[in-house]
Amino acid sequence: MMRILKQLVKVGTITEPLGDANNDIEQVGEKLEPIIRKRFAGSLAIRAVDAGSCNGCELEIHAANNAYYDIERFGICFTASPRFADMLLVTGPVTRNMETALKMTFDAMPQPALVVAMGDCAANCGVFGRDNYAIAGAVSDIIPVDVIIHGCPPTPTDIIRGILTALES
Amino acid sequence: MKHLVNTWFAEQLSEHGMYTNYLADHHPKQMPCLEIRFIDWEKAAETARRLEMRLVAVWATEGGFHEQDEGTYVYMSFAHPEHRHALVRTLLGKTRREIPSISKHYIAASRMERHIQDMFGIEVTNTPDERRWIKHEHWPEYAYPLLRSFDRNTRMERAEGEYPFVQSDSEGVYEIPVGPVHAGIIEPGQFRFLAVGEQILNMEQRLGFVHKGIEKSMQGRTAEQGVRLAARVSGDSTVGHAWAFAQACEYAADIRVSKRTSYLRGVLCERERMVNHIGDIGAICNDAAFSFMHNQCLRLREDMARQHARLFGHRLMMDTITPGGVTIDLSQQESSELIDDTRQLAAEVEHLRTIYADNPSIQERVIGSGSVSISDARDIGLLGYAGRASGDYPDERIEEAYPPYDDLDVNVPQGKLGDVATRVWVRFEEISDSARMIIQLLENLPEGDIQTQWHAPEAGVSGFSAIEAWRGEIACWLRFGENGVIDRYFVRDPSVINWLGLELAVREVPVPDFPLNNKSFNCSYSGNDV
Repeated sequence: MMRILKQLVKVGTITEPLGDANNDIEQVGEKLEPIIRKRFAGSLAIRAVDAGSCNGCELEIHAANNAYYDIERFGICFTASPRFADMLLVTGPVTRNMETALKMTFDAMPQPALVVAMGDCAANCGVFGRDNYAIAGAVSDIIPVDVIIHGCPPTPTDIIRGILTALES
Repeated sequence: MKHLVNTWFAEQLSEHGMYTNYLADHHPKQMPCLEIRFIDWEKAAETARRLEMRLVAVWATEGGFHEQDEGTYVYMSFAHPEHRHALVRTLLGKTRREIPSISKHYIAASRMERHIQDMFGIEVTNTPDERRWIKHEHWPEYAYPLLRSFDRNTRMERAEGEYPFVQSDSEGVYEIPVGPVHAGIIEPGQFRFLAVGEQILNMEQRLGFVHKGIEKSMQGRTAEQGVRLAARVSGDSTVGHAWAFAQACEYAADIRVSKRTSYLRGVLCERERMVNHIGDIGAICNDAAFSFMHNQCLRLREDMARQHARLFGHRLMMDTITPGGVTIDLSQQESSELIDDTRQLAAEVEHLRTIYADNPSIQERVIGSGSVSISDARDIGLLGYAGRASGDYPDERIEEAYPPYDDLDVNVPQGKLGDVATRVWVRFEEISDSARMIIQLLENLPEGDIQTQWHAPEAGVSGFSAIEAWRGEIACWLRFGENGVIDRYFVRDPSVINWLGLELAVREVPVPDFPLNNKSFNCSYSGNDV
């Protein structure tokens, strides 16, 4: 136990102020009513769905949770159930085999739900391409999208900026 | 590197009365491709098994350029610790649409054969499992995406159907359905547990959810375009997949990369091994509520990602390897910066390791959980740390000793118990060995170009490569077509085989220990589903 405490003291607080985004963030959906924004403020539960990503985006979502970025300080947390989720964070081109699962997750969320399409694949099918029998389309072809975060993969700063854009703009 | 033609397997097959013929347009010669007669298909697998070779992969392809309109070929490849890789192929011809299963001899063949069945419509006979695999129940029956006659753009209508999971009607057995959308931030897949009380009786995986048609999508791309796609077969293993792809291209085109290039590739690949092992150790601890380790490991992982962004231009080191070279170079100063960084990182990990080893609550959870015996590991052909933890050590860095590993001694950690604790132990050992190799590579970084001029080979030439990525051996086979574009691509991520190890490991394990086991294997969904 002493060693754990010593290590914690040695490392100290490493959380940094949020930097500027490196990749483009696009606001595509309708703006939220200010009243709803106010209700979300300080607390936002996200359900992340990998609809076909290569796992690169997932690594960066994990990184957004590390002590440097500490996404939870903005009141943002990831939830296991779509029933409590305010936002759906979708990665990957939507594969044919994930299309139904994605729609069902979206339908299980209380409305209005925010949708963020994260990464070049989610935005436009990326390197896998639309001319592909296995791919149902970009996220916006399947469910309504509010914000698109570009990048392959987007950096943790981009992810947090994108999520805040969806909330604040 | 040894460049002799590997004749051992051909000799063995002919001793068993099988006629073989070396394919001239397959490279490299040290991993030859032998054409055999259709009737010898199963016998060849049986012989390989008796020779204690492990199965690397089974796949199919349609006739290309030299053999226009001749029909479909099926391939299998084996490896032996001393006698290395050998490929075998046979022609199905124009009309024959079936192949006998080899899963009686190699259990891991079963899923790969189901993949062939789904993608080509070739019937695998005498198979223990006839169910579809990648082709989910909502695909129409006629859809066989890897046939030339199937347009890549096809919009398939939705069919009805249900996947028949393994069931049990024994008293007291209940089912836990999981997925495809999992509780955490991870890739999708379905697990179906059959449990009695707390114990798992059987865990069945159902994958294919992130099938992105990569094999089809690769067709018609040049090697330079293709490597970007290959780098995204599995994003956490981007260096490994890009290297396997580039190496197969280079073998096919008979291009030797400079020593500097191979050293830099080695550095990238070993850094990828370190970063993923560090992340996974943290995640395993997190699944046992030891969040201190998780946060410390996430911190180290982030430090590495930032270093990679600074030196290699990308946090995950994507798109750093191209056919014939690498896109990044290190100055003297950057190189010594990376040496210091690696050394310091290894020291930090060692420090955390002592805390992990002395923590009874985590040790209680990992020791003895999810054991895989050495004989089971060999039967399945477990790769990478999963195989090493059980006492089987297939390692391409030693077996194939491709550059730069021909200049290095790889110390493969040798586990025995095959439980979660040993898989974690192997990973700790690999982190420190990778750090040692990175430092050795950087201290001896040869001068030279980082890019050899790429030129595509003639149409019909194929190449095969096997790279020890962080999860284990990645096998890649590809064939070039007209105008220097790739005509056929096949890749086997180590997860294709290691997923089976997880199914076996969690039998009789309490349900709450499943996440620990799952993370200790950490198989890729995307790499499996391609």
